[in-house]
Amino acid sequence: MSLWIWLLIACALAYAWKIVGYFVPARFLEDPRTSRVAGTMTIGLLASLTVVNAVVSGQGLAADARLGALAAAATALVFRAPFLVVVIAGAGTAALLRFLGWN
Amino acid sequence: MKLLASPAVRVGISVSIATGLYGVSFGALAVTSGLNFWQTMALSLLLFSGGSQFAFIGVVAGGGSGLAAMSAATLLGMRNGIYGMQLNALLRPTGWRKYIGAQLTIDESTATSTGQTDPAEQRRGFWTAGIGVYVLWNLFTAVGALAGSGLGDPKQWGLDGAAVAAFLALLWPRLKGREPIAIAAVCAVATVVAVPFVPAGVPILVAAVVAALVGWFSHGRRDEGLEPDVEPYGDHGHGPGHHPQPDSCGTARERREGTGPEAGA
Repeated sequence: MSLWIWLLIACALAYAWKIVGYFVPARFLEDPRTSRVAGTMTIGLLASLTVVNAVVSGQGLAADARLGALAAAATALVFRAPFLVVVIAGAGTAALLRFLGWN
Repeated sequence: MKLLASPAVRVGISVSIATGLYGVSFGALAVTSGLNFWQTMALSLLLFSGGSQFAFIGVVAGGGSGLAAMSAATLLGMRNGIYGMQLNALLRPTGWRKYIGAQLTIDESTATSTGQTDPAEQRRGFWTAGIGVYVLWNLFTAVGALAGSGLGDPKQWGLDGAAVAAFLALLWPRLKGREPIAIAAVCAVATVVAVPFVPAGVPILVAAVVAALVGWFSHGRRDEGLEPDVEPYGDHGHGPGHHPQPDSCGTARERREGTGPEAGA
């Protein structure tokens, strides 16, 4: 039940960001730091989420089939594959490596 | 049929299909992360911002708390506020359109709109991509959630690898130039260093703080990191041969081509 509460708070705050943008005076946009922070945080969070999902296991690090998924996804992205193809490449590689015995 | 003659509408439709389709991967990953069907749908219907949705389930899948998941999703949603300001200045929506438009304010609708120069086209681009992505994203989230719940052991299907790939694919279009790559690297290292010391999910927030400090104290492109996952006017041939004509508003295309001041962190 408690996950529902955090989930709904996340939804409310997501809408709050969006609607606030439509109501703040345009001069806020003129402070370049506002959009800089929004942009650098986007990069930092996505980089962090990539790393966490690739090598973190509980409170430690692990080298397992997910690393193969990371390499496969990077390769697909270099070849400009669309999002869904990248995701399938990641899943397929992790599944294959596990099938071959590398966890 | 007249609508289809509009370049913004055609771009909006192709962006909607490309983005909507990968709602399948979100739906499948969400249910295998431990969310139920309606929690998954609530994220797509109410939160409606791909990166934040993946962040929420990514933290939950890693054993993080609901608070950490909510925080990561919320910090990642800040850029939608910036898009809201840009779109408000560009489209000047009034009345109820403001409230509906706000919910549809995401990377893709913003990029489709700001990539056009004619105000009427900017408006059509926003609403086509916004409504199109919303409908298809939710439809395919449901398909993915239903398919994912019948999969059994998600690891056997490599779905944890799918999550890794999804985050890298969300990050990738934002890594244009040395500065964003440096920010990504620093935040990746900060994450790894924080892992043994703080509870699951919190390393992601540590990285967010590091990234925010970099953004606050350094001088570089003001739109760093504000690129869509699906590039509406990319070189994949989606677009109908749109020629950029930079105007006073500063189009998305102009921004992405780095016409702004370029400086290292």
